[in-house]
Amino acid sequence: MSGKNIAPTRDEKEGLKMAAGTYERVELERELDGFLAEAMNDGRPALKVEALTKRFPRPEGKRRGFWRRRPKFAALAAVTFTVEKGEIFGFIGMNGSGKSTLIRIVSTLLMPDEGQVEVFGVDVEGNPARVRELINRVAVDAAFFKVLSGSENLRYAARLYGLSPRLARERYDGLLTRIGFDPKRLSDQIKSLSRGERQKVAAARALMTAPALLLLDEPTTGLDPRSKREVQRVIREMREEEGTTVLLTTHDMEEAERLCDRVGILHEGRIVTIGTPAELTARAGGAGTTLEDAFLKFTGAEWLGDENGA
Amino acid sequence: MTIKVRALREFWCSIGFAERNFMLVKRYAGWEAVFLTYTVVSALTIGLIGVGTGDQQLVLFLVIGAVLWGYLSILFHEVSECIAWERGEGTLEYTFMAPVKRFTQLMGNALYAITYGLGRAAVQLLVCALFFGISLAGANFLTAAVVLVVSSLPFLGLGLACAVLPLLSRERGSQATHIFQASILLVSGVYYDVSVLPSWLRPFSVVSPATYTLRAMRAAVMDGVGLADVGNELLILVISGVVLIPVGFACFVLGERWAKKTGKLKIEG
Repeated sequence: MSGKNIAPTRDEKEGLKMAAGTYERVELERELDGFLAEAMNDGRPALKVEALTKRFPRPEGKRRGFWRRRPKFAALAAVTFTVEKGEIFGFIGMNGSGKSTLIRIVSTLLMPDEGQVEVFGVDVEGNPARVRELINRVAVDAAFFKVLSGSENLRYAARLYGLSPRLARERYDGLLTRIGFDPKRLSDQIKSLSRGERQKVAAARALMTAPALLLLDEPTTGLDPRSKREVQRVIREMREEEGTTVLLTTHDMEEAERLCDRVGILHEGRIVTIGTPAELTARAGGAGTTLEDAFLKFTGAEWLGDENGA
Repeated sequence: MTIKVRALREFWCSIGFAERNFMLVKRYAGWEAVFLTYTVVSALTIGLIGVGTGDQQLVLFLVIGAVLWGYLSILFHEVSECIAWERGEGTLEYTFMAPVKRFTQLMGNALYAITYGLGRAAVQLLVCALFFGISLAGANFLTAAVVLVVSSLPFLGLGLACAVLPLLSRERGSQATHIFQASILLVSGVYYDVSVLPSWLRPFSVVSPATYTLRAMRAAVMDGVGLADVGNELLILVISGVVLIPVGFACFVLGERWAKKTGKLKIEG
């Protein structure tokens, strides 16, 4: 008996996974790993955005005649940039600068008018189903079924991403502990959680699917400083451990500086500059210049409050 | 992934939608009890109109109409409102961003609607049978079951087509769905024979699948007829289902594409 190999065979392992209901996810992740390895060998960036333009009708615009359409404005105008695999790339911009529109297009929730967006070489318009398998998103307004508990919402999300409830639980329990969420609160209805707690559950919901490209649309808005740091730490760890690529939008300059390898400033639908936080501050004035100063300088909205005695 | 694994994945996704809806039913248990009580009482009051005439067959005619309409309207409502409701909850973008085929999503909601609708219809029928002392000894339950299953198909198709309306117009889409549902109620002979309709309305009863569902179900329960005797109605229902489900799905896909082009998916921001 002692010499007998009792380790399960490959077929037995497959059978065990099937029995646990995790087979489909394991199969998908294996396939995606292969796809991503291939994409890396080809030298394709994680995200390639080229001459992306999106226009919307002006909310205040009036039709000029019954058949005429309302005048439009460009929420994004010929936006071009790339994000390399494993990079954390941030966009900072004022309200209405086009940050959320950009995230929505990459998330396949919005179709571009012009230009092209590729996620690991996959066109978001041509093959949105494949793109959805590679991404996940944490939005500023964590969307949940508010009368359901945190664990019920996570169970539902797990089903959508092909994770068995058991495998999902293993993943989100670990993630929630890492971001400082008390697991006992998971049985509470989402509506009874604070905004910060909801954002943490939203972060765990996205991270449990191990996305190759994580889209973060102002993910830490409303979090207290400690929670903010905890979420930021997990994002960095995901990049280090899983090689996750992150596209982040934020208003928080400190967050952009702390998390991002490169930062782009988006203003009225256009990228006005891109670089490392150090490069941006150097371009804006050098020593003593903060990222916030750089942001105000590049967006042409320099703060005059102090001079005015505010 | 192999086709088998992909199919399994889609199956579990559709179970996810049904499971989520039942979790919500559990959370709103109080309201569910209220709705169930209301529909049962509503069926009883309609049956009592027949009792007033002293015609037991009329009581059965009315009860079948009330119970069947209850089932069909739940089916239609749950599928057609699944998008409006997610929009209201604010989860629509999350669901649309997930790697789930739209057909799987809609079928998951349909699975829930059928299960939930059958449960409510069973309670309604049981209470009515006890209340009115209705004997179902002469009913052909096999025919009734087949009619119920087959009639679900065109209503799913109609539900799919209407589900897209809230994407096209946030405010008016849901309202249009209710008007459409009310129109089917008017022309399909739920509580009366369609022959009493004004002549200008009668052509609408011909194109309503509910007309054939009600006719076949009444024949099965009241006259105990076999499948062959309701063959024409079943054929029409199957054809309507085979046509309406792909048409409804195509409408939905086109509507979704339009919403993604114009930015109508988002609520705010």
